[in-house]
This record gives sequence, C-alpha cells and structure tokens, in this order.
Amino acid sequence: MAQIAVDRVSKSFSQNRRKPFLALENLDLEVEKGTFVSLVGPSGCGKSTLLNLMAGFDRPDSGSVLIDGQEVGGPGPDRVVVFQEPALFPWLTLVDNVAFGLKQRGVQRSHRVALAQEQLQAVHLGRFADRFPHELSGGMKQRAAIARALVISPEILLMDEPFAALDEQTKFVLQKDLEELWLKSGRTVVFVTHNIREALLLSDRVVVMGTLPGRIKRDLVVAAPRPRRATDPDLVGLEEIIMEDLAEELEKVLKQELDFEYHLAESRLPPSAGDSLGSGI
Amino acid sequence: MIAWEAAFRIFGWGWKFPSALQTAQAFLDGVTTGKLLGAILASLGRILFSFALAVVLGTLLGFLFARFRWVDDTFGFLVVALQTVPSIAWLPFAIIWFGLNDVAVVFITTIGATWTMTLAARTGVLNLPPLYSRAAGMLGTGTGVRLFLQVVLPGSFPHLMTGVRVAWAFAWRALTAGELLSRGLGLGQTLQDSRDIGDTAMILCVVLVIAVIGTVMDHLLFQSLENRVLVRYGLSPERKRSLV
Repeated sequence: MAQIAVDRVSKSFSQNRRKPFLALENLDLEVEKGTFVSLVGPSGCGKSTLLNLMAGFDRPDSGSVLIDGQEVGGPGPDRVVVFQEPALFPWLTLVDNVAFGLKQRGVQRSHRVALAQEQLQAVHLGRFADRFPHELSGGMKQRAAIARALVISPEILLMDEPFAALDEQTKFVLQKDLEELWLKSGRTVVFVTHNIREALLLSDRVVVMGTLPGRIKRDLVVAAPRPRRATDPDLVGLEEIIMEDLAEELEKVLKQELDFEYHLAESRLPPSAGDSLGSGI
Repeated sequence: MIAWEAAFRIFGWGWKFPSALQTAQAFLDGVTTGKLLGAILASLGRILFSFALAVVLGTLLGFLFARFRWVDDTFGFLVVALQTVPSIAWLPFAIIWFGLNDVAVVFITTIGATWTMTLAARTGVLNLPPLYSRAAGMLGTGTGVRLFLQVVLPGSFPHLMTGVRVAWAFAWRALTAGELLSRGLGLGQTLQDSRDIGDTAMILCVVLVIAVIGTVMDHLLFQSLENRVLVRYGLSPERKRSLV
C-alpha cells in the first residue's frame, strides 16, 4: 500500500457572502514510500491545500487522507513541513531551533544539542549554531528550517514552495543540497512549487494540478538520471507538456477572474438603483 | 538651578514655592532623619508588590482573552472600559472593603496597572504569526502547556515588555494618588503631611523623588530589558541597519 493515500478528497473554503471556493474536488493521489513527488499548478489549484491536508493543518470536507493506512488526525512529527517562510522561532538560537522538535520528544539537552549541531553541519550551517535567525540571510534561514525538519527523522517531508522567496543563485544551491540530502536519507518528499524546472530537476514524479475546481490534470514520471541538467532532452520534452497544461489552466483562471471582476463592477449598485435615482425629489 | 534660585529671590515666592537650596536642604534633612528614606522604602515596597501582582494577573488575563474567543467577546470591551477609569476612582470602594490602609492602596495600584498589561498580553498573542503554532504543532508541542510555555509566552514577549513599561508608569500614578488619601508611611502620605504643615520644600522634594525613581526604573531596567529583547528578536532598527 502507498505510504500516502489521498482518497476522493474534497475541500472548500467559505468566502464572505459568496459561494464557497472549491479548492479540491474528488481528488485521488497515492505516493509511494521514498519517492520525491512534486505538485505543480497555477495559483488556486489547491496544491498548498492538499499539502496542508497531508500535514494535518486542515481537515478534508469529504474523503480521507491516509498515512500508512492511518487517517491523519492533526499535525505531527512524522510529517514535517518546510514552509515558504522559514518560520523559525526568533527567540531561539539556530541550534535551539533545530533541537526544538527533539526537545518535545524528551531528548536530553546535551544529546539533542549534539544531534542538532550535526544536522546543522549537514546543511552547511555548523558555524552559525549560536546565531539568532534574524542574523542570517533568507537562504540560511531556509537551510535551518530544513535542518529543523530533518533532525527529527520524519517519515515524510512536506515542502510548501520552500525556495520561492529566494534569489536564483541561492535557490540553485539549495536545490542541489536538497537533492543530495534526499538521496542520502531516502525519505518521502512531497514538494509544492510553481516552478516547473525546479520540479523536473528534483522529482521522480511530477503531478500537474488543474484549477476550478482543484484536481489532478496529469501525472508524469521523471526517469532522467541524476544528477540532472535542465538541458536534458527528456526534461525539456516534459517541460513543454507541462507548460501547455498550465497555459490552458491559466487561460481558464483569467477568464474566470475577468468575468468575475466585470460582474463585481456591475453589481456595485443594487438592481433597483436605476429606477429609484431621483425618484425622491 | 541657578535661574530657579535667582527667580525665587527676585520675585519673592516666599513659602508658596521653595527655592533650589530649600529643596536640597529638605532632601538632606529627609535623608538624615530617615523620614524620607523610610517613605521611599515603604512606597517602593507597595509598588513592587502591586506591580508584580498586576503583571502576573494582567498577563494571565490577556492570554485568556487571546485563547478563548468567547471570553474576549463577552469581557473584552469591559477591559477597555475599565482601562479608561482612573484607578483612584476605585478608592472609595477599596476603603469600604479594606479600610483606609495598605491593602486599599495596593488594591488600586494593582487595578491601575492590570488592564494595560491585559491588553498588551492579548495583543502579543494575537499578533503571533499563525505559522508559529503550525510549526510548533508539527514539531510535537501539542496544543496545551508546552505550546504555551515554549511558543506563546516567548513569542509575545516583545509586546509584554511594552506592557510592563506602561503598567509601571500607571502603577506609580495610582500609588501616589492612593497614598495621598491614605495614612501611614509613604511618599504620598509625606506629600499630604507636608501640605498640612505648609512644607513646600518637602513637597517638591517628594515630587522630584517620584520622578527620579520612575525614570530610573524605566530607563535602567525596563528600557534596557526591552531593547535587549528587541535586539534578540531581530526587531531593533539599529541592529538591522548595522547588518547591511
């Protein structure tokens, strides 16, 4: 059985006085243990929603999310998330931030500091253990967030656009390092991104999501050997396919948004406004 | 100082406003006789007790408001309303309940500082990024005591520090007002006694003592503590500039 099994999941969000927004509809997805899966799609396709359901931050309206056959009941240390923002605690030094999850498990202080230090070294931040998060650059903070996730050896690593806020060079280096860490650890990774190239460089499998409502549009296996280059003909071919998919989705979104705006402008006056204007004079 | 002394002599204020020398003399006398020192210690004792009580009480209340929506909905506006009531307005009640004694003074001093602290703590928690509690949850804090002690409390510290500073100023005010109307030993009582015997030098001297203690506490203790917290949390503007 697959490690992560998403079974006919729907999830909608209520919007003020408008009809609820259907973020996911009847979505099925299975992720095998040890694979690196990327979720790509235009904004609003529900890829982050899906990740939040796996993390246990949200509950599905219907359907189920199973991890090793167990229904997800809430967030837990078996499924750690790396967010787009590092979300480190500013009052703790890096080493204490990384050791935070170990502390919750009741690991002795000296032992957890040693483990955290080791993990910081693995993400090349060994020298910065005693620094506070605000003293570091964005890329370093994101490394620390990855270390904080990995140190508690989660079965599954969930990443929600972790490199989206970084500059290109930092992003490139971090992608390489993440791939290396993943190859070493062999953990399952679910990686949300809107960057197709990033998805193709890192993943065994790319799931393209469509929007309105959020669903799976295409499921691609990326078999290119590692380490990969962006110029690999396999990857270039896949990139084109995905681009076409996304262009379709984008058009749909634009149509909907523009329609919607038009609608909004029209309804600014109540329907009877035209009749009653001046009628009181 | 010289201008003050000169003005006293030229305009002949007489006893209605003391000269600089008279004030200094009053201070020296007060210290040597131990009267002033005793009053200072008595007042400090009261304020430290009330202040500590107010900070603890206010923080707990504030967290309660932030944690339970219904508490906030039902009692939230009450705290804002209470904060606008000068705490001295509670003195009649305090006198009826406790008599004209230390308990009454401590009561109104505590009331004077608690509400500000409550609001500060509430703001501190509500301003915590939701991402913190998500991160804490997935790292295994649960949603109870550990989340509170390890994330909510330290996370709202910058706001708490600001609350503590304002609460201190409020407490001083309430304390002096309360002591003015109370009996026993204290700075407020000294003010009142000096008025009774027309000792304006002593009155001014006490006013200055109150100002100095208040400022010294704020500056040396709270402000430096607050600055340290801000720097540590990366919220201090100077520190950020120095990194660029």
